Amino acid sequence: MPTLSRIADERAVARALARMASEVVERCQGVEGLILVGIQRRGVELAERLAVLIEKSEGRQVPLGKLDITLYRDDLQSVGHRPIIGETSLPRTLDGQTVVIVDDVLYSGRTIRAALDELADFGRPSRILLCVLVDRGGRELPIQADVIGLRVATDRDDRVDVRVVERDGEDAVDVVRRG
Amino acid sequence: MTPTPLGKDLLGLEELSADQIRLVLDTAEAFKEVSERPIKKVPALRGKTIVNLFFEASTRTRISFEFAEKRLSADTVNVATQGSSVAKGETLVDTARNLEAMRIDMVVIRHPASGAAKFLGERIRSNVINAGDGKHEHPTQGLLDLLTLRDRFGRIEGLKVAICGDVLHSRVARSNIWGLTKLGAEVAVCGPASLLPTGLDRLGVRVIRRIDEALQWADAVNILRLQLERMEGGFVPSLREYNRIFGVTRERLARAGREVVVMHPGPMNRGVEIDSDVADGPASVILPQVTNGVAVRMAVLYLLAGGSPDWATHPAEDR
Amino acid sequence: MTALLISGGRVIDPTRGTDGPADVLVDEGRIVAVGHNIPLGPGVARLDASGRVVAPGLVDLHVHFREPGQEHLETIASGATAAAAGGFTAVCAMPNTDPVVDNQAAVGFVVRQAIRAGKARVYPIGCISLGQKGQQLAEFGEMVAAGAVAVSDDTRPVVSSQLMRTALEYAQTFGIPVTDHCEDPSLAQGGVMHEGLVATRLGLKGIPAAAEEVVVARNIVLARLTGGHLHVCHVSTAGAVELIRRAKDLGVRVTAEATPHHLALTDLACEGYQTSAKVRPPLRSAEDRAAIVAGLVDGTIDCIATDHSPQHYDAKEREFDEAAAGVVGLETALPVALAELVKPGHLSLLGLIDRMSTAPARLYGLSGGSLAVGAPADIVIFDPNAAWRPQASDLHSKSANSPFLGREFVGRVDQTLVGGRVVFDRSVKNIDG
Repeated sequence: MPTLSRIADERAVARALARMASEVVERCQGVEGLILVGIQRRGVELAERLAVLIEKSEGRQVPLGKLDITLYRDDLQSVGHRPIIGETSLPRTLDGQTVVIVDDVLYSGRTIRAALDELADFGRPSRILLCVLVDRGGRELPIQADVIGLRVATDRDDRVDVRVVERDGEDAVDVVRRG
Repeated sequence: MTPTPLGKDLLGLEELSADQIRLVLDTAEAFKEVSERPIKKVPALRGKTIVNLFFEASTRTRISFEFAEKRLSADTVNVATQGSSVAKGETLVDTARNLEAMRIDMVVIRHPASGAAKFLGERIRSNVINAGDGKHEHPTQGLLDLLTLRDRFGRIEGLKVAICGDVLHSRVARSNIWGLTKLGAEVAVCGPASLLPTGLDRLGVRVIRRIDEALQWADAVNILRLQLERMEGGFVPSLREYNRIFGVTRERLARAGREVVVMHPGPMNRGVEIDSDVADGPASVILPQVTNGVAVRMAVLYLLAGGSPDWATHPAEDR
Repeated sequence: MTALLISGGRVIDPTRGTDGPADVLVDEGRIVAVGHNIPLGPGVARLDASGRVVAPGLVDLHVHFREPGQEHLETIASGATAAAAGGFTAVCAMPNTDPVVDNQAAVGFVVRQAIRAGKARVYPIGCISLGQKGQQLAEFGEMVAAGAVAVSDDTRPVVSSQLMRTALEYAQTFGIPVTDHCEDPSLAQGGVMHEGLVATRLGLKGIPAAAEEVVVARNIVLARLTGGHLHVCHVSTAGAVELIRRAKDLGVRVTAEATPHHLALTDLACEGYQTSAKVRPPLRSAEDRAAIVAGLVDGTIDCIATDHSPQHYDAKEREFDEAAAGVVGLETALPVALAELVKPGHLSLLGLIDRMSTAPARLYGLSGGSLAVGAPADIVIFDPNAAWRPQASDLHSKSANSPFLGREFVGRVDQTLVGGRVVFDRSVKNIDG
C-alpha cells in the first residue's frame, strides 16, 4: 500500500519560496541581468512566484522564461507516455546574463543536464544558477542546486509530488512511499 | 515493441484516428517555435539515421523533410532515382532489403506507385513515412493543411473546405478528405467530372460542379495543381479553358462576398488553376503552409521515433 | 488396363439428371455399367467410393499453361497434373504462350506435350489473329485439324470489330467458338483494379465495368450479324450478365463462363494492396458478384472456368501497379464453387457438376461431362465433407499465386480418372504417367 505524507503545506511552501527569493537576490548581488527560467511544467509557476516576490522586495521586474526540455532528453522512448511538448519561450538574449533555472524537484539531474544543453543553444549566459523547491537526493550526474527550498531523503521507489495552486488547486509537497 | 502514438509507420491519414491527428498537430505547435530559435536545432533525434528515398522528383517536400530531420539532429541520406540502383531496375523489395541491411532507423519514401510506402513498411523494421505514394496519400501534406486551417480559424470542426481541381489524380486530396472529415469539417470537391473519382459521395464528400458555387459555399479552398499530362490524357481540353471555367481568380473570389481562405499544396501553375493575385493576395495562406510543413514533419518524425522497437524502456521518473 | 469398379459412391450425372448411390464399372477406358450392386467380377479392381461423390471429371475451358516460353511458371505437364489434382479431366489451354499458338505446328506441340504428360486431357485453343496482333486471321482450319477446339486472343482483346466479325464468320466453317477477352483497351488503359470506391481510396487506376460491357455488347451484335458462336471469357460485371441474358433471349449464339474468383471475391480483396487479388478482368463490386452467381444459376453464364494463370512469386511481390495479374485456380476451383454456390443453396451439387463439367464439355464439343454407358471414363471422386486449408505446398502447379491459400474450404478431390486410368490419387504420393 503506498502511503502519502505531506512534508510541506501551503504556509511551508510560502516560507520556502520567500527564503529562496531572497537567497537568489543575495547570490546574484541584486537583480541586474537576472533572468528566471522555469522548467515545464511546475518550474514555470514557481519561477513566476519567485519573480513576484523579488519584484516586491527589489522593486524591479525580473524577466521570465519557460523551457521545455523534452527535445533534449536522453531517453526519447518515454515520449510514448508524455508526447505533448510544452512551450519554450526565452527573453531575446541570454548572452552575458545571469540565468536562474527554476524547477520543482531535483533528483537524478538529467533534466537539468538537458536544460543546460538547451540553454546553450539559445545563447551564452555569464552565469547559470539552479534553484529548486525540493532536493530529494539520488543524483546520477554531478549536478547540485545553488538554492534549495526543502531537502527530503527518499528511496528510489518513492515519488515526490509538488502541487501548485495554478495547476493543482493548492500549494503543497507530498511524498508518496511505495509499500 | 512499445507502440508509438502513431504506430510504426505513417502511411496515410485514413489509418489515423482523430486523436492521433490532433496529437500530431499539437506536437507540431511546439516545433514551430524551434524553427524560430537562433540555433534551429534540437537533439531529439541525435544518432538516428534517416533515408529520404525519392523515386519521384520533388523539391518542396524533400527539402521540407530534410529541414525537419536536420532540425531534430538526425543523420540523413538522400537517395533519388537518378544515379541510384533504382534506375538500374532494382525492385522496391530489393531496395527495402538493402536499406534494412544498413540498419537505418527511418525511411521517408516518395514513390509513383500507390501503396509503395505500405509495401516498404511491411518489409522493413524501420519506421516508414509516406511522402506521397502515387495517387493514394500524402499524409504530411494533409496534416500541414489541417494545421494551417487550425491556425487561421482556431478550429477544424464545422469548417467548410472545398478541394478544387484534379481530385482524381491527387494524393493531397485524399489525405485532406480523410483528415478533414475525421476532425469534423465538411468537405466538398469541385472540378471537371472527368477529374473527380467515383464513390466520393460514400465518404460523405459533397460534389460541386462549378467553382463559383464552391467559393460561395466554402470557408477555405484547397486548390490542386493541374498537371500538364492531364491534357495529353484527354481529361481537359486546354489550360486556357481550364482557367476560364475552373481557375480561382480575384473576381471569382470577390464574388463570394466574404473572405475565403486560399490554400495550394504547390508547386503552383499561376494563371491555370490559380491566378497570381489570388496566390499572393490577403486570403492566401500558401506560405504559412510551407512553414507549417516543416513543423508537421518534425512532429511526425519525433512521434514515430518515440517508439522504435530497439529502445529499452527506462523508468519514466528521473528528474 | 484392368477394369475398375467404383463402388458405393454418390453418383452424379447431369446428362441424365441423376444423383444417388450407385456403382460405376469402368473397362477399356470407358464406362461399361452404372447401377446398383454391380458384382466385382474376376480381374476387376475395386475402388471404394463410399461417403464420396462420383461425377464426370471437371472440364475447364480456360487455362494458361506457360509452355512454350515460360516453363518456370508452368509446363503443360505441371498444369495437367494440377488439373488432375483439382478434379479436372479436360482443360483448354489459351494460346498466349511465347511463341503464341497461332499455327498448326504449335497446336501439335501442345497436343504432344499433353499426351506425354498423361494427366488431364489438354485441348489447345488457337489464336484468332497471327501473333495475337489483332490484324490478320490465323489459319483456323489447319489449327483445328491439328487439335484446336476454339480460337481466342485471350489477354489481348480483339480491338478491330472487322476482325471479330470475320473470325465469327470464318469459325463457322469448322464449328468452333470464338472466345474473346472482352475489354475496351482505351477504357481500361492503365487500370489495375475495378473502378469504384476501393480504387478511389487506394489511389489505384480503375477499370470501369463499362470497359467489359462495351465489348460484350459489340460482340453480341456481331454474333447476331454473323450467326457465329461467341463465347465470352470470364464475365465480371452485372451489365455483361444482363447483356448476355438478353442476347440469349433473342437467340444469339452466345455462351459465357465465369471464374471461381469472380464468384467468391470482390474488389475489397484488393484492400491493403493485396497483389494476390490482382486479376484481369478485375474483381468487381458486390452487386457484380451477385449478378454472376445469379447468371450461373439461371444458365445465362453456362459454366465455370478457372482462367488459371500461373505467375512467379516475384511478379506478385511488387507494387500493385507493377504486379502481374492472375491467379492459379485449378486446384481450388471445386472447393471455392462448393462454398459459393452449393453451400448457400444457389445450386444443387448436380447443378454445379453441370456448370463445371457437362456444360463446358458440350460448349466446346469435348470428351467428358457424362457418366453414360459408353462414355469415356473421365471421372472425379471427391469427398464433399473434407475440410482443408490449401497451402502453397499442397499445390501441384509450379506457381502458387492464389488469394485462397490459408482459407478453410470443405470438399477435396481424392481421385481423378482420365480414360479409365487413375491420374490423380490423394492417397498416393506421386503418380507418374
